[in-house]
Amino acid sequence: MSLTVDLHGKRSWRMMKSHFMVGLMFLAFLVILVPLVAVIGTVVAKGAGIVFRDFPDWFTKSIPIRSRAKGPGMGPAIVGTVVITAAASLLAIPLGILGAVYLHEYGQQSKPARVIRFLANVMTGVPSIVMGLFIYVVFTLRFGLSGLGGALALACLMLPVVIRSTEEMLRLVPGHLREASYALGTRKGRTILTVVLPAALPGVVSGCLLAIARAAGETAPLLFTIGIVNSTNWNVFSGPNTSLSYQIFRNATDPRAGAQERGWGAAFTLVAITFLFTVLARVITARYQRRRG
Amino acid sequence: MPVDTDSQQPHDVSPSTHSSDEVFQLKDLEVHYGKFRAVRDVNMVLRKHEITAFIGPSGCGKTTVLRCLNRMNDVIDSAKVGGQVLYHGVDLYGSSVSATEVRRRIGMVFQRPNPFPKSIYENVAFGPKVNGVRSKSELDGIVEESLKSAALWDEVKTRLKSSALGMSGGQQQRLCIARAIAVQPEVILMDEPCSALDPVATARIEDLMQGIKDRYTIVIVTHNMQQAGRVSDRTGFFTTEVNPDSDRRTGMLVEFDRTPVIFSSPRDKRTEAYVTGRFG
Repeated sequence: MSLTVDLHGKRSWRMMKSHFMVGLMFLAFLVILVPLVAVIGTVVAKGAGIVFRDFPDWFTKSIPIRSRAKGPGMGPAIVGTVVITAAASLLAIPLGILGAVYLHEYGQQSKPARVIRFLANVMTGVPSIVMGLFIYVVFTLRFGLSGLGGALALACLMLPVVIRSTEEMLRLVPGHLREASYALGTRKGRTILTVVLPAALPGVVSGCLLAIARAAGETAPLLFTIGIVNSTNWNVFSGPNTSLSYQIFRNATDPRAGAQERGWGAAFTLVAITFLFTVLARVITARYQRRRG
Repeated sequence: MPVDTDSQQPHDVSPSTHSSDEVFQLKDLEVHYGKFRAVRDVNMVLRKHEITAFIGPSGCGKTTVLRCLNRMNDVIDSAKVGGQVLYHGVDLYGSSVSATEVRRRIGMVFQRPNPFPKSIYENVAFGPKVNGVRSKSELDGIVEESLKSAALWDEVKTRLKSSALGMSGGQQQRLCIARAIAVQPEVILMDEPCSALDPVATARIEDLMQGIKDRYTIVIVTHNMQQAGRVSDRTGFFTTEVNPDSDRRTGMLVEFDRTPVIFSSPRDKRTEAYVTGRFG
């Protein structure tokens, strides 16, 4: 019998299974990469050239009325997307955060809280086109086409997302922080404002930013509510407006060369704006967390 | 300073029944969590500028009783407090007593250090700010004074703006004590303040308790009998009693006396068994 201990792994059935599974997972990773890279790659390849060929004009000039004509720009749609998404965020985020604070800090498991939580969950499942139709019936038919109608529809989509992500973040705030605050003679409201919300803030912020990024790319809710224009309309409250997502839809369904080109340009612009926004969200959150150690 | 309350309440006792050095008087205190009775029949008097220790095995209700003293049990929905907790003769559970006002006078330090995820300065300044202190110089003074009382000032004076979460466990716990001191309470409740700390950090906190005892009334729950023996003036021994009907355990106060008496000549057999290490 040898005195040295043999610690070499044996070629066993278990090891083979392990290698096989790891191989499968790597394969799955490669498969996932295909659509991701393909989508980004196509949009960049077909859109970036168009945007940067007419660099400043693309962002400032009106959309050409003759769809056959090539050339810039997409200004009205960029303005529309920014203004409508901003208005939707102003409507949905404060309301959603307040709602989540009510649900988690006050309502908890009471009947009204459970009903609201259930309805918010149902609302996340409502197709965005149905939300657009709803706003069309209750708002647009009465007040006409405007950015505000689109913002209302987008806000309806964002609201449940904001409520759910915020409530999830509030749940992660440890109970001992609340107790520490109460033990100093702090009232509940003050505790929520000065201890609970700051502790949950990074998560709340990134949840909200994801909701905004998603809303910026929505098309269906805007179809019936904002109409269409070729010139810039900064006024979100009156007059028809347009958006990048809507311009992608319209230009992509138009076979003429100029429209096709502008469709890709708009797609690239939208992806770039969303991407920048997401990166910004991550940077702000990371910086905030680092500051608090 | 007496807590504002309605003198018409049936629970009130006239101030003549307590002497001036009695801070707390517990009368037939019992606490239920839902249907379960956690602790029963606690009667004791806690005196000013003394350190009172609660000792006993796990589940005997020491922490539950401690949390009754500043109404922290209110945070738990199912908790129901019976009997009376008199603070300078005023029933803390009287209907017009505000839990917030109670907690401003009776501070608490928890088992695990729980500093806010803010800077060291902000942690200590939090309480005074909540209580309406606005002036920067006044806050600076309170922060320095509190950190000195908690024997932490020399270690942190150069990095008041850095995060409290970067400190060691012992420093964090002393910061929590400084935070409690900053609102100038009369009483500080400590719930096993050293159970998450090493012996060196524990010794520092015990020294600190001796240092601030002439200004505050301290009640400490501890699992560590030596600690109770070292720091406290009076000790209450709690134990559990199995209810024969339901097999649930209920805590109760067995004996409450001067600490040397509890450790050298206890009257009750159960106390003797516990302090000599034969049980628990």
